[in-house]
Amino acid sequence: MLWSSFLLALREIRRNLLRSFLTILGIVIGVSAVITMVTLGNGATQAVKNQVSSLGSNLLQIRNGQRMMGPPGGGGAGGSPPFSLEDVEAIRNQIIGLAAVAPEVSKSATVVSMSNNWSTSVTGSTNDFFIAGSWKLASGRTFSEAEEKAGQTVCLIGETIRRELFGTQQPVGESLRVNNFSCEIIGILVSKGQASMGRDQDDTVIMPIKAVQRRLTGNQNVSSIQVSVADENDITSVKEQLTNLMRERRRLGDDKDDNFNVQDTRQIAEALSGTTQVMTTLLAAVASVSLLVGGIGIMNIMLVSVTERTREIGIRLAIGALEREVLLQFLIEAVVLASLGGLVGIGLATLASIGLSQVMNVPYTFNVGINLLSFVFSAGIGVLFGYMPAKRAARLDPIDALRHE
Amino acid sequence: MSALIELRGITKIYGQGQASFKALDGVNMTIEQGDFVAIMGPSGSGKSTAMNILGCLDVPSDGEYLFRDVHVEQLSRNERALLRRHYLGFVFQGFNLLARTSAQENVELPLLYRGESTAARHSAAQAALKQVGLEGWGHHTPAELSGGQQQRVAIARAIVTNPTILLADEPTGNLDTKTSNEIMALLTDLNGNKGITVLMVTHEPDMAEYAKRIIHFVDGNIDSDVRKREIT
Repeated sequence: MLWSSFLLALREIRRNLLRSFLTILGIVIGVSAVITMVTLGNGATQAVKNQVSSLGSNLLQIRNGQRMMGPPGGGGAGGSPPFSLEDVEAIRNQIIGLAAVAPEVSKSATVVSMSNNWSTSVTGSTNDFFIAGSWKLASGRTFSEAEEKAGQTVCLIGETIRRELFGTQQPVGESLRVNNFSCEIIGILVSKGQASMGRDQDDTVIMPIKAVQRRLTGNQNVSSIQVSVADENDITSVKEQLTNLMRERRRLGDDKDDNFNVQDTRQIAEALSGTTQVMTTLLAAVASVSLLVGGIGIMNIMLVSVTERTREIGIRLAIGALEREVLLQFLIEAVVLASLGGLVGIGLATLASIGLSQVMNVPYTFNVGINLLSFVFSAGIGVLFGYMPAKRAARLDPIDALRHE
Repeated sequence: MSALIELRGITKIYGQGQASFKALDGVNMTIEQGDFVAIMGPSGSGKSTAMNILGCLDVPSDGEYLFRDVHVEQLSRNERALLRRHYLGFVFQGFNLLARTSAQENVELPLLYRGESTAARHSAAQAALKQVGLEGWGHHTPAELSGGQQQRVAIARAIVTNPTILLADEPTGNLDTKTSNEIMALLTDLNGNKGITVLMVTHEPDMAEYAKRIIHFVDGNIDSDVRKREIT
């Protein structure tokens, strides 16, 4: 009975192909909107995570100032003393399990090569910087020990600088003018692309920290320290040790708050992906309203169909169809219609998601969960909105139904 | 042997209070197995109401309806549907075939509700179509058939379940004289050779002549009950 009802429903749908198509259009749009939103949202979250992890693996950043207070970056943290190279040495010597400890000081500067100039940010650090930030060399070499110690004016440049200043030329060995001094380019970094918030990570010049301190900032300060932890499982304990060490070095009493903060890239990733996830949920909720509207469309057409087929229902009842058999027939018809809409919607959403993810430059992954959920949900809508018309059909009086014109 | 059908004091009232209308007023009737009854009468005489009650489509307001000693007036809607499914066959004035559905499928419809297998449905429908003289017409839709042929399909649908009673409501109402006579001959044949009890409503005296017994209704009750031929 169930199988024949299913076949009957399919035939009824085929009989009114255009109307069936228009009926399911609402469901198709609803399902594809929900799936596309969720798929793109997940893609965006994934993209954010990828970008953050490109900052460096197992990375901890120690910045000045209290966390989440004052201007971003903690630069304006009043009264907190700057870091120094001695802090870096202390961390390196007193905490075990670290892959790299890199001091960092940055200053914006204009760089010139021949007739081209470019405004960028010059960062002073050590070779550890490349380990902590997962930078790879495209060509050339990193700093020698002597260059680091003496603070010689040598530099590595990012892909953007290479492109803007040198174009097709080979820059290694050339000299680069930074504000009022010149330095020798010893290496080129492999492109890392855009970081979160649209910052171009490749728009950078790296020099030994002592060179930057002497030539650009004019003091011995270190603005932040990057610490790369060797084993991911140690991150929490290293973070605690770092905090204790810094408190000790700064002689902070038990009653004083930290005047620096240690951030871990995973936290940044979680904070950022949390935002995109909220957006995804919100968009999916809006899209699911259209699913509901689609369901009402199905109810509407099913009611019309019941009225149109009153005589048929009368015949079925007269020859001995039970109430629940007529109910089942119309219910199955509604469910088959809605499920069909769900399937078409999934197909459409897959196409739209693949296309849009390419346009928006986010990774595409087929999300089995949301596709399955949408399909089940659309079938559920068939049951929900098909029940009332089906009940109406089943309750018809056979005599009246047969007389219906 | 007890009668197939027995009506005792059947009354049917439509509406309530001042606006109420008594369609049947204490009808008593007995119908034996194998009879061919024509029910006649002017409009509003209650013949259609009687037919609906006999066909278990409607229940009386008062009185008793015994079908093979079962009190139909006490049955639920679903129980009456099952009774129709297993014992009754219907033929209507307007044929009432499913549009855009082949004759074969129309005839198979009652078997579908009986839960019979595809093969059984198929062969039974073929046999029924052959019996009404429409062998080889199974794939045609009602729109492709003449009125007489459509009514034959409707009769095939009614007899495919081997019913005890065939109820025909003005079966020739929409047909010309020649076709009407063919249909009546078919009903007579089904009654005579297959032993199906036939109850037929008609307002055409010519058609009533085919029956073994003619019952006239006037103002909600039986006016005359004439036996033309004996039940064989």
